[in-house]
Amino acid sequence: MMLAVAAAAPTRSARSARSAWHWCWLTPLLLFLAVMAGTAIGETSIPLDTILEVLANRLWGAEFPVDRIDAGIIWSYRLSRAILAACCGAGLALAGVVLQALLRNPLADPFLMGISAGASTGAVSVAILGLGAGSLTLSLGAFAGACLAFGLVVVLAHAAGSGTGGGRATQAAGAIILAGIAGSQLFNALTALIIAKSASAEQARGIMFWLMGNLSGVRWDDVALGLPAALAGLAICLWYRRALDAFTFGADSAASLGVPVRRVRGLLIAAMALVTAVMVSMVGAIGFVGLVIPHAMRFLVGSRHTRLVPASALAGAVFLIGSDILSRILVPGQVLPIGVVTALIGAPAFALILIRGARTR
Amino acid sequence: MRLAAEHVEWRVHGHRLLDDVSLTVASGETFGLVGPNGSGKTTLLRVLAGLRRPKVGRVLAAGRPMRAMKPHEIARAIAFVEQQADTLDRLEVRQAVALGRTPFLSPLRPWSARDDAIVTQALTDVDMLPLADRLWHTLSGGERQRVHIARALAQQPSALLLDEPTNHLDIRHQLSILRLVRQLPVTVVIALHDLDQAMDCDRIGIMDGGRLVAIGPPREVLTLDRLRRTFGVHADFLDDAVEGRQVLRFRHAL
Repeated sequence: MMLAVAAAAPTRSARSARSAWHWCWLTPLLLFLAVMAGTAIGETSIPLDTILEVLANRLWGAEFPVDRIDAGIIWSYRLSRAILAACCGAGLALAGVVLQALLRNPLADPFLMGISAGASTGAVSVAILGLGAGSLTLSLGAFAGACLAFGLVVVLAHAAGSGTGGGRATQAAGAIILAGIAGSQLFNALTALIIAKSASAEQARGIMFWLMGNLSGVRWDDVALGLPAALAGLAICLWYRRALDAFTFGADSAASLGVPVRRVRGLLIAAMALVTAVMVSMVGAIGFVGLVIPHAMRFLVGSRHTRLVPASALAGAVFLIGSDILSRILVPGQVLPIGVVTALIGAPAFALILIRGARTR
Repeated sequence: MRLAAEHVEWRVHGHRLLDDVSLTVASGETFGLVGPNGSGKTTLLRVLAGLRRPKVGRVLAAGRPMRAMKPHEIARAIAFVEQQADTLDRLEVRQAVALGRTPFLSPLRPWSARDDAIVTQALTDVDMLPLADRLWHTLSGGERQRVHIARALAQQPSALLLDEPTNHLDIRHQLSILRLVRQLPVTVVIALHDLDQAMDCDRIGIMDGGRLVAIGPPREVLTLDRLRRTFGVHADFLDDAVEGRQVLRFRHAL
């Protein structure tokens, strides 16, 4: 799926305005096709015309005669799932782009700030410890945990990063990374402690599955939350694309180019943490997308965020829909955790891009 | 643009890196900063560039307190070339130079043909136009430094601050960069290690232990006594018959 995007991406030399216009209609088309594929493919394959008929019935009140079960699967189950997968993929990829750019660290990913660790602690607190006495859903617990962990990491990074001297802005990036690692370790340990002390084997397996990402059970309510979050993330990234570019030579260089480093960095990291927390609370911690999609897209479209941001959002969306399809059909009768699929498919695909990129140097 | 520092102090962990530094650089002047390692040249440049906001003392750009200026206002007036700034990004030379236009752009004021022309001019000025399409990581140290200077020039600054810009350059590019910098119709503050190169500045300031211990025309402040006390070297001035001026000859460390 990602390689298809790769083949269609414009080459480095072709930077005419025309190729930008091509992407204006190619992007929605690719997204639409991916969502259609995500809806059509599954344990029972559904022909495309049935999907289009159901869509027409639902959206424009057309009255095509369709099987009610098919209609139910398409509208209530697969379509919402495919759209949310696209939102999550885009959101996580964008968070990866931003964190890698701001922290000048190729290993930065959306879960760097302790968000997935906090989310899992929140989730097990609700699911196993029974926090909130049934009034809290798993998602709400995970979201609260993610925000709590992020807040703790920010406080820690602030305390560790202040009062330093030469290259202050650069040192702050180091402090954020270290605080994120400390926070993640703490919350991972808490999760492990709760599971080891209180969970039954069945619960432990369920949590394990949730942690590796799970898109089943996605409904339109989730889309209503995930779609605005992804779109807001995209808008913020595009608005600050030049500031992100300015971090190319480090935070001090960005400051000398007139970027208010502290404000921009704080705002972007907080926004991306929020987007990530929303996604994680709904579908669990899907790894790999946020780490590797930005790198893959840098190889394909370059480092300038005017192109990197939309390209990563698109690739993340398409990639996660593709992974979701594979997670449903790879083992018949069983749905694999999507985190496993993203890594299994993504790692070789990324290796190909790395090798291809090395040749073009 | 006139650039001034008034009684600036900068401390890190109680350690005083700048101690009561005051200086005024006149509009269009080329001002050299010299001093041994760790004397505070880089810190002073950062303060003058607005990257550090001192709690004690103030910095004035064209008479305006820099504290009251917005970051992009400062960046439109003052460009700063760091001593070392590297990137792992796959970046073309032209894209790196284009970053210099950042303070002039906003989401509502997009890139224009004029920006392209300014970037091309900056690349021409540093003799890097033929390499405009090369990737950053394929450049030599000297080429990278020239790209940084081109990026600063693309800011079309009224004042240009450079932190040892000739460090990685071969002698030909050292001389061409210094010549370029001197010819620019802007205020230049340049930290230099090579004292012979500093002799070509309009005025120089000598830093020692965070203090500005001497300011003036190079030949007046770079005395043999000063070279002994601040730099710890024994040196002589020799007559250069070709240019009819004096050059430094270092004898030995004290």
